[in-house]
Amino acid sequence: MRVGVITFPGTLDDRDAARAVVAGGSEAVSLWHADADLKSVDAVILPGGFSYGDYLRCGAISRFAPVMQLVIEAAGKGMPVLGICNGFQVLCESHLLPGALTRNSDLHFLCRDQEIEIVNNSTPWTSSYKAGEKIVIPLKNGEGSFQCDDKTLAELEGEGRIIARYVGQNPNGSRNLIAGITNARGNVVGLMPHPEHAIDELTGPSAQGLGFFTSILNAMVK
Amino acid sequence: MAKIVVDVMLKPEILDPQGNAVASALPRLGFSFAKSVRQGKRFEIEIEGDPTAAQLAEVEKAAEVLLSNPVIENYVVRVEK
Amino acid sequence: MALDTVLIAQSTPDNLQPFAELGLKPDEYARIKEILGRRPTSSELAMYSVMWSEHCSYKSSKVHLKQFGEKAPKSDALLVGIGENAGVVDVGQGYAVTFKIESHNHPSFIEPYQGAATGVGGIVRDILTMGARPIAVMDPLRFGPADAADTRRVLPGIVAGVGGYGNCLGLPNIGGEVVFDETYIGNPLVNALCVGVMKHSDIKLAKAAGAGNLVVLYGAKTGGDGIGGVSVLASETFGAGGSTKRPSVQVGDPFVEKVLIECSLEIFAEDLVVGIQDLGGAGLSCATSELASGGSGGMKVALDKVPLRDPSLSPEEILMSESQERMCAIVEPSKINRFLEICKKWDVTVTVIGEVTDGDRLEITWNGDVIVNVPPRTVAHEGPVYNRPLAQPAYIDQVNSQKVNVPMPSGAAEIKAAVLKLAGAPNLADKSWVTAQYDKYVQGNTIQAQPDDSGMVRLDETTHLGVAISTDANANWSYLNPYQGAKLALAEAARNIATAGARPLAVTNCLNFGSPEDPGVMWQFAESVRGLADGCLEMGLPVTGGNVSFYNQTGAVAILPTPVIGVLGVIQDVRKRTPMSYKTSGLELFLLGETKEDLAGSEWAFLHGQRVGQSPDADLAREMRLIELLLEGNAFFTAAHDLSQGGLSAGLTEMVLRHSVGATISLSNPAIDLLSETPGRVIVAVETNKVAQLQALATKYSIAISKLGTTGGDSLTINDSVISLEELRTAHTSTFPRLFG
Repeated sequence: MRVGVITFPGTLDDRDAARAVVAGGSEAVSLWHADADLKSVDAVILPGGFSYGDYLRCGAISRFAPVMQLVIEAAGKGMPVLGICNGFQVLCESHLLPGALTRNSDLHFLCRDQEIEIVNNSTPWTSSYKAGEKIVIPLKNGEGSFQCDDKTLAELEGEGRIIARYVGQNPNGSRNLIAGITNARGNVVGLMPHPEHAIDELTGPSAQGLGFFTSILNAMVK
Repeated sequence: MAKIVVDVMLKPEILDPQGNAVASALPRLGFSFAKSVRQGKRFEIEIEGDPTAAQLAEVEKAAEVLLSNPVIENYVVRVEK
Repeated sequence: MALDTVLIAQSTPDNLQPFAELGLKPDEYARIKEILGRRPTSSELAMYSVMWSEHCSYKSSKVHLKQFGEKAPKSDALLVGIGENAGVVDVGQGYAVTFKIESHNHPSFIEPYQGAATGVGGIVRDILTMGARPIAVMDPLRFGPADAADTRRVLPGIVAGVGGYGNCLGLPNIGGEVVFDETYIGNPLVNALCVGVMKHSDIKLAKAAGAGNLVVLYGAKTGGDGIGGVSVLASETFGAGGSTKRPSVQVGDPFVEKVLIECSLEIFAEDLVVGIQDLGGAGLSCATSELASGGSGGMKVALDKVPLRDPSLSPEEILMSESQERMCAIVEPSKINRFLEICKKWDVTVTVIGEVTDGDRLEITWNGDVIVNVPPRTVAHEGPVYNRPLAQPAYIDQVNSQKVNVPMPSGAAEIKAAVLKLAGAPNLADKSWVTAQYDKYVQGNTIQAQPDDSGMVRLDETTHLGVAISTDANANWSYLNPYQGAKLALAEAARNIATAGARPLAVTNCLNFGSPEDPGVMWQFAESVRGLADGCLEMGLPVTGGNVSFYNQTGAVAILPTPVIGVLGVIQDVRKRTPMSYKTSGLELFLLGETKEDLAGSEWAFLHGQRVGQSPDADLAREMRLIELLLEGNAFFTAAHDLSQGGLSAGLTEMVLRHSVGATISLSNPAIDLLSETPGRVIVAVETNKVAQLQALATKYSIAISKLGTTGGDSLTINDSVISLEELRTAHTSTFPRLFG
């Protein structure tokens, strides 16, 4: 299983995502934003960071990168795509996912060990988890508040497209405590917290994030 | 030489914590005039001569696709001499 | 204003020049004329004024700092010592680690966010310049009283700036300090530390060697940031009436620096540079003169080639600009194309602005006219050296002869109240409000971060080699006895490293003091440096570099002497580190080290408005034995936590709250046992079947040991005082949200 990890200028967690991919059993393939080349990967991860310094809006400029053209096409054909944090922001700006991520409601950057509930385990990124399983993984961002209009929210809830929810107090003002969502087809997933930083108790709050990277090993590209 | 201005504001239903923070800070500094404050962005685009209809249409498109995120923001385009 | 060239300077020797406004004294101006054999051009005057300022030239501190070299302990680990951008030490397995701490105090008072942000940016570039990948940052911060209005102005901005810049660079923040004291009200201290790692063969130095090699400026474009910031801001105090000189503060862009880091590391990996220097304080003046000095001295630069953000800048302003995120590299002509290619890949502005020449003059032209022609060493290294007068201030004898007079709690209720009071004291309270704004996970190698005793990062994912760093200072002790205070801070930082199982290896320092023109302050400085140098020699830890920040005072009132000491240590296997606290009940708790009545300079005394008495005497021989004990005990300790401010009370509070497992403690003299701050003490948790082993270690290393109690339960019980963890947690964690929102 070859999983591509995209690096935009300003991406920070690409090496961490690659480490997690390898820990999960797949091969990590580095993808450069300016190259329109997916190198025959089976899945793609858009990692966290501050691509383009969050200029204009988070992910607003990355979305137009040459590699993103191919990602959008591939996603349309069913390729599994995971956007973590800034990656989630890029997916929303690209309209591969609905809604948008806005400034944390208390205006501060927040880094904390966050409990989330895996609500939907039918995506290629969450199949290793039990439905309703609670895990603790790091949340670290300044613009993590998921917003969308009522219609979109009803769709997401009604179609079971929320894949993860924050447990306990809402850390950033996200509607309905949404921590992660998927598209209608179920192959594109956006997640605000960072599973790649919870693959080893030595360096993270738990090893419970590894499931995202073992799930993909079991996925098949349609 | 003309200046096209694009004002981008969060949609009214979107929480604006920065605007709220400003609204809280004003009375602390002795300013009591504000009922509420919303914060947005202003883009100033310089072009040669007066803008044509085609150019303005292009600016509208740019505003829709890049300068704003239509999911959460509205924009207004106008020309300043 | 017409361009002032060398030719014009030669023909108009009597032109009046504003040397005083630029911060130069009349004798310094005279010396410049002597060096050049004529009056300086305005560009040369700008260069000398900035480079000879206190901040850049260390003119008041040099005579004292040379002790670090003179008294340097023999250390095979030191690869690059004092004098370069940062020190470099060998940590084994072919790895070299570089680390340094710097200050950005005055700018942070003026513009908290940008002052702190650019402080982080600056120290990170220093580390990058050595050829290393920056891997972590730390931020010791000091503010005025926690409830002061101005603290509410500067603290949130400074914290947001440290986080905003560091997070965007992808550097985990692995520790720091937040200290409140009225002494810092007009002069907050923002010290920033960065650590980086590389292979030995990657070490880069700041020298321009090889005639014909190109001088290349890359990174951000140059604007009017911080013009005069260095010489004007950091070399004069703020007026007591509140009026300050207000040159433009530097504004940073961490994205540009992140790209600069990646671009530079690719350039280094392909061995494309002969020498490199970052542009920090004094910008191009510094980079060109230092690079030229590092080589044979010859360099030619066409200043008009510098890419500008603001085309209206004059040559003098370009030379003095402190625009951030710029680097200057020396590149062989055969490698320049590849250098330019890599910059293009990362979209980094890059310009060849000159070349290394034969000879020993730095010549800078503006559209062909020579505006600077100087011997670079006179700019960068041969600035004035002052031997400022020093005199023990009157307060020393006064305070040392007084005894601390504070109420001592007695009985269960008062003991409980004291523990809760300390738990919630701003200097000891939970700092999550601050540290949650910092990313501690990025890069995936953080083993320890706040609130642990030291920050620890893994260097090698296969061998698990790691390094630990701690920064410490005790301004109260330094005030009472600067010589002992420095030694005590050094011992504390080293002890914090050893507590986790890492062996201390090297030292950096950030010396924050008042005005060197005040003989009393100068005495405090001299004593602190002497104490640190003596301490480092005795402990076998070389000083690899550091920073001096003078003029931290408002009017005639200087800050408490605040030498911040950073110690770096090595741990062979990070998986075997000793954590700060325990997760199970039934463990036995012991206190290593004897507790005496050391309330002078303590937090308890501070809370009662007392800063008198005699500081403890540092017993470094004993501290070193304790370090060996801790390193040997790492093999079987369940947990170990260093005691410092707040004494045993704070230590126990922090330990029980870390994983929410309480403890039952018996103390024979609870008030002193809890509140005293005798140095050289560590709480250790061991399994019952390891107690004999622990006692044997204590005997082996001649360290006093006493049983404290056992772990377990949901309260901290000390004799008859029962404090529920919930109550303790509330006291500990509500202070910062209450103060800062």
